[in-house]
Amino acid sequence: MDGIHDMGGMEGFGRVQPDVDEVPFHADWERRVFALVNGVLTLTGVNIDEFRHAIERIPPARYLTTSYYERWLLAAETLLVERGIVSGEELKSLAQPELMSVALPAVSPKAVAAKARLHSRFKAGDRVRVRGIHPLGHTRSPRYVRGKTGVVRRLRGIYVLPDTNAHRAGEHRQHVYLVEFSARELWGRKDREGLMIDLWEDYLERVERSNTVSRKRNSVAARPKLHAKKPRTVLSAKARSKRKLSRSKRPWSPKRTD
Amino acid sequence: MSGHDTSEHGPAARVKALEQLLVEKGLVDPARLDAIVDSYENKVGPRNGARVVARAWADAGFRKRLLMDAVAACAELGIAGPEGGHLVAIENTTRIHNLVVCTLCSCYPWPVLGLPPAWYKSFAYRSRAVSDPRGVLREFGVELADDVEIRVWDSSAEQRYIVLPERPAGTAKMSEEQLAELVTRDSMIGVARVAAPGKSR
Repeated sequence: MDGIHDMGGMEGFGRVQPDVDEVPFHADWERRVFALVNGVLTLTGVNIDEFRHAIERIPPARYLTTSYYERWLLAAETLLVERGIVSGEELKSLAQPELMSVALPAVSPKAVAAKARLHSRFKAGDRVRVRGIHPLGHTRSPRYVRGKTGVVRRLRGIYVLPDTNAHRAGEHRQHVYLVEFSARELWGRKDREGLMIDLWEDYLERVERSNTVSRKRNSVAARPKLHAKKPRTVLSAKARSKRKLSRSKRPWSPKRTD
Repeated sequence: MSGHDTSEHGPAARVKALEQLLVEKGLVDPARLDAIVDSYENKVGPRNGARVVARAWADAGFRKRLLMDAVAACAELGIAGPEGGHLVAIENTTRIHNLVVCTLCSCYPWPVLGLPPAWYKSFAYRSRAVSDPRGVLREFGVELADDVEIRVWDSSAEQRYIVLPERPAGTAKMSEEQLAELVTRDSMIGVARVAAPGKSR
């Protein structure tokens, strides 16, 4: 969901104002919201992805004018009503929650795969591109990395996919990868800055090598038998056409899978 | 936006009503809520992280274990809890400076740093830490040399990050407890460096 929450790379919010105090709460109601969310939502079976998505469903203008813990409160009210744990009327009789403005219908993406894919499609060193998708529901693939190419640095292990888990549409366990992007790729700058971000396998597609040198090297390596025992001269027209034929079948250009 | 809203329809009134309703329904025990608040206000905080950093500075074996598996290393010090199950420690060096952000919400390693400060949750930090980290660091008073590479870590998944700052000069004879006193919360997020003893950053 390309919501207001997806803030990476936005401009216009001004300077960061460091605060000197280290207090976790600035008002008593913040303490209670924090405790309520931790104590209640976990008991009612709301998963973290659903909770995050409830915050993301707060209308942009409201999102921007509420404090962090007020957004938690809005999400808690919404989820408790949606779950039928309290009714909107019950809440309204006591206070003035803004349920109508936040209780937007949750999008339920179709289950994409029935079975968990437990082998990893990528390994450290692979070049990957973040798929240029704009899911209507929850996602943890931020806009600013979509369509950008990076390098897999590490495998993080297998995790539940937030995109479906937030909508109770299955866990779709899959690998998460630490991917590195350059400032040049993300922002068109030459600065000595890099970005490290953890991304689920479904967010990524492979980037094939496009330069001819590595293509040649790959194709030779892929056909050891053709070259191993024959002298150079024998690898003539016949071998070349054979090679050409098989090469044309190979999906060198990046395939769109989405 | 510190949110001291005490008006009739403000968050203070709404959260009071919500708590009351849930208590009446028997879903919530106020004492349990008090215990949760007490834990994060008085027990879990950046002093935990400071102990971890000081141990890593003082004990090369621990440092290695921390960088390999921060969850297991923190467990050695009795540190664990929600939002800390996938903790990763990243090391600052003379050439690389690490900075942690969560652009999508405000994910944060609670067991080692406590709950996030207001600026970490602010729109300004969430939006610009990834696109202008050098500028953001300047706003915290940290000026890095041009040849120092900045690595920004966006906590988009379950991994939570703690920066292992560089040990300042002049601390060779300090005890682990004294070292822990030097370590600030901000240095473990990456928006500050640890100042040498007796100096302000």
